[in-house]
Amino acid sequence: MKRPLLTIFKERAIEGVLLLSALSSIFITLSIVFILFYESFGFFKDIPLWEFLTGTQWTPLFAQPKFGILPLICGTLLVTGIAVLVALPIGLIVAVYLSEYAPHKIREMAKPILELLAAIPTVVYGYFALLFLTPILQKFIPDLSGFNALSPGIIIGIMIIPYVSSASEDSMRAVPMHIREGSYAMGATKFQTAFKVIIPAAFSGIAASFIIGISRAIGETMVVAIAAGMMPNLTLNPLKPVQTLTAYIVGVSLGDLPHGTLEYKTIFAAGITLFLMTLFLNIIGFWFKRKIREVY
Amino acid sequence: MGPQRNPFEEIRKRIVQNKLHDYLFWLLGFFSTLIGFVVLFTLIIDLFIDGFPRLSWSFFVSYPSRFPEKAGILSAWVGTTLVMVVTALTAIPLGIAAGIYLEEYGKKNWLTHLIEINMNNLAGVPSIIYGLLALGLFVYFFKFGESILTGGLTLGLLILPMVVTSTRESIKSIPNSIREASYALGATKWQTIKDHILPYSMGGILTGVIIGLSRAIGETAPIITVGALTFIAFLPSPPLSPTFPFISFKWLFDPFTVMPIQMFNWISRPQKEFHLNAASAGIILLVMTLVMNGLAIYLRYRFRKRIKW
Amino acid sequence: MIVSERLKAEVKNLNFYYNQIQAIKNINLSIAENRITALIGPSGCGKTTYLRCFNRMHDLYPNNRYEGEIILYPDRLNIISPKVDPIEVRMRISMVFQKPNPFPKTIYENVAYGLRVRGENRRSFLNQKVEIALRQAALWDEVKDRLFDHAFNLSGGQQQRLCIARALATDPEILLFDEPTSALDPTATSKIEELIMQLKKDVTIIIVTHNMQQAARVSDYTAFMYLGEIIEFDKTEKIFTRPSKKLTEDYITGRFG
Repeated sequence: MKRPLLTIFKERAIEGVLLLSALSSIFITLSIVFILFYESFGFFKDIPLWEFLTGTQWTPLFAQPKFGILPLICGTLLVTGIAVLVALPIGLIVAVYLSEYAPHKIREMAKPILELLAAIPTVVYGYFALLFLTPILQKFIPDLSGFNALSPGIIIGIMIIPYVSSASEDSMRAVPMHIREGSYAMGATKFQTAFKVIIPAAFSGIAASFIIGISRAIGETMVVAIAAGMMPNLTLNPLKPVQTLTAYIVGVSLGDLPHGTLEYKTIFAAGITLFLMTLFLNIIGFWFKRKIREVY
Repeated sequence: MGPQRNPFEEIRKRIVQNKLHDYLFWLLGFFSTLIGFVVLFTLIIDLFIDGFPRLSWSFFVSYPSRFPEKAGILSAWVGTTLVMVVTALTAIPLGIAAGIYLEEYGKKNWLTHLIEINMNNLAGVPSIIYGLLALGLFVYFFKFGESILTGGLTLGLLILPMVVTSTRESIKSIPNSIREASYALGATKWQTIKDHILPYSMGGILTGVIIGLSRAIGETAPIITVGALTFIAFLPSPPLSPTFPFISFKWLFDPFTVMPIQMFNWISRPQKEFHLNAASAGIILLVMTLVMNGLAIYLRYRFRKRIKW
Repeated sequence: MIVSERLKAEVKNLNFYYNQIQAIKNINLSIAENRITALIGPSGCGKTTYLRCFNRMHDLYPNNRYEGEIILYPDRLNIISPKVDPIEVRMRISMVFQKPNPFPKTIYENVAYGLRVRGENRRSFLNQKVEIALRQAALWDEVKDRLFDHAFNLSGGQQQRLCIARALATDPEILLFDEPTSALDPTATSKIEELIMQLKKDVTIIIVTHNMQQAARVSDYTAFMYLGEIIEFDKTEKIFTRPSKKLTEDYITGRFG
């Protein structure tokens, strides 16, 4: 019976190919880590870590370059902070509404629209921030400069509402009906049930959704590149232009970047900072997601 | 027991207050949900007002130019199309294969766990980091240069987690009884996958692929990082050649640009006329995205309705 | 039907429709105050549906319709009237469910929840009510040292007693039990049966059970339901020893159901 041997060989070969494909994810992660560390290593040979972490000016392309990363981190956190102030409350409210109040028809309509909001290319959002929102805001806030942190912050917030609301809503809907009935049977209203029973029960999932949102905001590039300006600025004033880690990388990449120069390596230094920030968040988020499985 | 008879007025007042809060929240929730719709609507209208007049046949077939009235998106949409071809050819086979492995072959050991952790983590990595990866790896190490191949590979890796996830979800929804029926007839594992698992999960996989591609079309940051040009007045080499072997792969290594970069470039110019061009490019991008996502949502709906296990 | 007893509630010509299908047909029944009334009958006879009319649970789902009256004494309120707020009804009539459904919170917070919903937040008052309720539910001794443990750490029987404590904390006028021991083991079951019998001096009880022996052990009055109608209603002792209707006798002797 020769056929079985050939079949066995074929089956094993196919399994091998599929395994390699699955292993690609590990390969990608390793490559990212390797490249970032390798190039950053080159950077930190020239620039001391201390200056990098505590310097308050980032002007690597000037004649007298300065390499303090704080303005970029500050820009990132400022924009993210505004986005989070917009997205987390609204996202949670929408999630509670869709999960506990909305009739079926409204849910069916709202979910695709929210998905579409998340799918719009970020350049389009950037256009909107710079050419639509900023002029409108300037009518109310005359001090607002053309490039600022407020406008992209709000837009990024709107952009990540779907991430927050979708994941939170799923967690809330996963709370079994009999728990709700226990609450209603005590004379509680939907509002009381939602905030006193459902949200605490779904807390891990909601926290995980917040983390996803924050992580997405930190990594956002085009909206800030277009509307926040390309000037690093160590400030907490949202009315002024700032540059984020991501916008810096894009800004430098738009110009000439000879391989191996110090300017080339700065984008990897910024990149590794960004990577570590989002990695940290993802770990927290992963920990929360693990907790969900324990509750029920 | 039952002291509610006199303090009942108190309870009634409390109920009214509770119900007021309930109603106010309902209002808040309803209008918050409306925000999404309002934003989408405003965005679309704004883009259309600015960009619609500029849409014309010549817009589609002209190269970018220093003169806004003459500028067009020819190089951009050709570039997008070619890059998408490479992206799809990268992400689809790799993603489906990985998904099949994880669902059908993977045992619950440390290796599978590690692969899963990596997949989840990669989904959360900002897209620009993929750009940096591609810069170091594809542009300089593999020496693919600042080319369509690099761009396509970058975006392929970016959307890989999406394809893998949707493949896994689709495969997970196939009940075990189908698998058992196939094995009971003497089929091998691969035959079961090829003849049953894959065909039945195609709908879900396709949905994930479409959503992934629609995301890739709009991606700008990683493409800029790998060196796509923002002003390019020629097309990549044609895929056909007049001499043997009649197919050329030179286009893979040519410089290129894509639609979102073109839009970005026009927004960055100070002249208002370029902003109008940007709006037009934006309309095209938006339409492509909405059509693809709409298609995916529709497919997902149809797929769920058709196969009711 | 009931002589020389004070009534807590009276059901008059109750009909209930679920999606146009009639689930309850013309029920007339009296509920005696501080007594235990049991509802028995085969699966699907409508006893749980009937019970859930008392605290307007059906209002939570679409396409339900009540007809008739359930009059609550002493203020003679028709609790199924559309003019009456279901929330007010639920604040006077509590329910214990078939499967224990404590909230994913601490033991203390579970019991305190009903009071918080009523706007009561004074620590000392809550402490007092929580202890009283847990004592009434025969759970205090077992949990008094771990009031702030998570409720899910309790056993099934303890969780059900926690749900009883939760329902009692708000001093309800009627306590509804929907097959309260069907998910529990025999030891836990007998504990809860004892508990229910002690509770009747404080509160009026209606209990739905598919376990006839439980009804016979625990209740003062029993109603036998079949296909949405009350076939017979009388003192428990009479139902189980000398039932008037043949259908009742057949069910009790196990000929069907």
